Amino acid sequence: MATDILMPALSPTMTSGKLSKWLKQPGDTVKSGDVLAEIETDKATMEVEAVDEGVLSKIVVPEGTEGVAVNAVIAVLNADEASTAPAAPAAPAAAAPVAAMPAAPAVAKPVAAPQNLSEPAWGETKPTTVREALREGMVLEMRADADVFLMGEEVAQYQGAYKISQGMLDEFGPRRVIDTPITEHGFTGMAVGAAMNGLKPIVEFMTFNFAMQAIDQIINSAAKTLYMSGGQMGCPIVFRGPNGAAARVGAQHSQCYASWYAHCPGLKVVAPWSAADAKGLMRAAIRDPNPVIFLENEILYGQTFDCPVSEDFILPIGKAKIERAGSDVTIIAFSIMVDVAMKAAEALAEQGISAEVINLRTIRPLDIETIIASVKKTSRVVSVEEGWPFAGIGSEICMTVVEHCFDWLDAPPVRVAGLDVPMPYAANLEKLALPQPSWVVDAVKKLF
Amino acid sequence: MAVTPEKTKRGKKPAVSMDRDELFAAYASMLLIRRFEEKAGQLYGMGLIAGFCHLYIGQEAVVVGMQHCIGQGDEVITSYRDHGHMLACGMDPNGVMAELTGRSGGYSRGKGGSMHMFSKEKGFFGGHGIVGAQVSLGAGLGFSNWYRENDRVSLTYFGEGASNQGQVYESFNLANLMKLPVVFIIENNRYAMGTSVERASASRDLSLNGVPWGMPSLAVDGMDVLAVKAAGEQAVAHCRAGKGPFLLEMKTYRYRGHSMSDPAKYRTREEVQRMRAEHDPLDSAKKHLEELGITEAEMKKLDDDIKLRVQEAADFAQASPEPDPSELWTDILVGV
Repeated sequence: MATDILMPALSPTMTSGKLSKWLKQPGDTVKSGDVLAEIETDKATMEVEAVDEGVLSKIVVPEGTEGVAVNAVIAVLNADEASTAPAAPAAPAAAAPVAAMPAAPAVAKPVAAPQNLSEPAWGETKPTTVREALREGMVLEMRADADVFLMGEEVAQYQGAYKISQGMLDEFGPRRVIDTPITEHGFTGMAVGAAMNGLKPIVEFMTFNFAMQAIDQIINSAAKTLYMSGGQMGCPIVFRGPNGAAARVGAQHSQCYASWYAHCPGLKVVAPWSAADAKGLMRAAIRDPNPVIFLENEILYGQTFDCPVSEDFILPIGKAKIERAGSDVTIIAFSIMVDVAMKAAEALAEQGISAEVINLRTIRPLDIETIIASVKKTSRVVSVEEGWPFAGIGSEICMTVVEHCFDWLDAPPVRVAGLDVPMPYAANLEKLALPQPSWVVDAVKKLF
Repeated sequence: MAVTPEKTKRGKKPAVSMDRDELFAAYASMLLIRRFEEKAGQLYGMGLIAGFCHLYIGQEAVVVGMQHCIGQGDEVITSYRDHGHMLACGMDPNGVMAELTGRSGGYSRGKGGSMHMFSKEKGFFGGHGIVGAQVSLGAGLGFSNWYRENDRVSLTYFGEGASNQGQVYESFNLANLMKLPVVFIIENNRYAMGTSVERASASRDLSLNGVPWGMPSLAVDGMDVLAVKAAGEQAVAHCRAGKGPFLLEMKTYRYRGHSMSDPAKYRTREEVQRMRAEHDPLDSAKKHLEELGITEAEMKKLDDDIKLRVQEAADFAQASPEPDPSELWTDILVGV
């Protein structure tokens, strides 16, 4: 009886990976626990161990193949010669049973570059993942300024929990790419103290959920000291890391902190969507003499966008981008929700509604000017965010619109937000909790 | 790393760490702090200073002794009981007092208050109101010296109450892991607001609190400026040699309440009287000075000079105008 060996999912966000090496060949006897193959995910190279015993009869996916979808058959085990092991149709390692999960698409599709409203005059672009763009942004600034350094958990020797800092230890050495113990409160305070003394730290949080351990230092020390010192003691620092939901990581790892930080004077808060956003805003954040909260998104890390290659490319903090022009409704989103908004706009276009999509890029200071100009044109506005609705960014956008262009509105502002619940783990429940393009479409249609 | 926490027993006569002139200068600094704080207490009573105001009276020997161990370019950071530290760092009493009264002539132009003053020029990094937060920040000052590969040292002060905060131990760990030049100084004045150290710390010897991280330490009579300096020199030399952080537990005492609004009912009047009578840091320094031949006339002149200096600060702090309303919107972000 033959058993299929399936491509395992080795991280919460993995949809595909590279089969880098087979360690067993057809004809080899395989025992439970033997390493069958090495697989490169978006985060690391992992070994795949056999669960079942038998003889490897066929390799379906040769080594070196990239973009192998999770749950695709990669090899076949002929269990006939195994004396004892029951040949259950189980996938190796962490993979779910075959029937339970449909195969994910082979590769995350590159998001089409916005057609009509690309960045002005940055010239040549190349397909770049958000991960690479973040790294390039940091590397370019670290080459230019010896006071800039990166610290955080696993940023150096491990090459980054999400590989954002891959290769940076080699280039900059252990004084500038610094592994810290798991001690957010302590190392955040230490970085803030270093910034007060004139250095320019980049602090990586493995996720912003962990930054709650350190939020006192971020707010009370980094954000307020300039004011309390009458302008003497600034804090040029970047706090960065993945924010919001990833996939199936539960309530303690899936919160959006945009409104928490955006609430506080003394901080700037940015939330890039595309690779260009990531690179351009990263450079701006590092150069900014103020504390900047840089909210990334784990699911976006592996996504590919066209990104300017110019050595000088940088984006201004505080400026939103119209990703898609439209005339009937303004949809305002940030980070991964820009993707949701763009899909909704596409669907609305098919129904004859022309939606303008604003990618905020910066949450604080909010680009009120761009928002107001758009709403005056469309007379309708919908905000989209992944975080909770109560006192969220959508509430702020709504109030901003009401304050500045109430008379232009043809309908009340509407917000689309994540459901007001801690993030559930179950796949179906999680999907129900996060804004989908259809939610945005429904919200827009209520305005007409 | 082997740890040998050395101890100087309280009451034991320390090695003479200052000559006549230096001790006289140290005494002058302590006296300035004492008179300044007494004046601040008066101004508070008159309603000219408001909010929280934590006086340093009784603890003067700690900061003055330590300041005599460091030089230009070294950093100092502390909690909200910070007036003494600022004066010891050489900050202008006028600017400190005017900040207490919330006036435009204050170090933070009236926007910080008693707990939040800074002077980059004098190496003073605040003035922090969140108990324990300055310990991680102080580790960061040490980090910046390590990063720049200079030989500067960060003096990081905190109370025995703060010593129970988790980030203190996170900082101990980071500092010794990275060999950061930080002298961690516990000012153990025995009471964290109303809670005595025995009621708050399971650790009975705070000088040993760095042992799990391999940090060398000393317990010091913080009421004796000579003992403080002797211990401080050892700690600072350790840091400057690149050997990492050092922990000093200064056994000291505050005569006043935790803040101006604290009636201090948690200890007896007799206890306070006994400390003042038997362990006052100014009295003991004065006695040493007399043994070293300082004349009564010299002491009298110093007294008079300092009284005048403090009165000048008080006058300045009352004459300085309140900040302009436009100051409300400045210094929120650099370049905005």
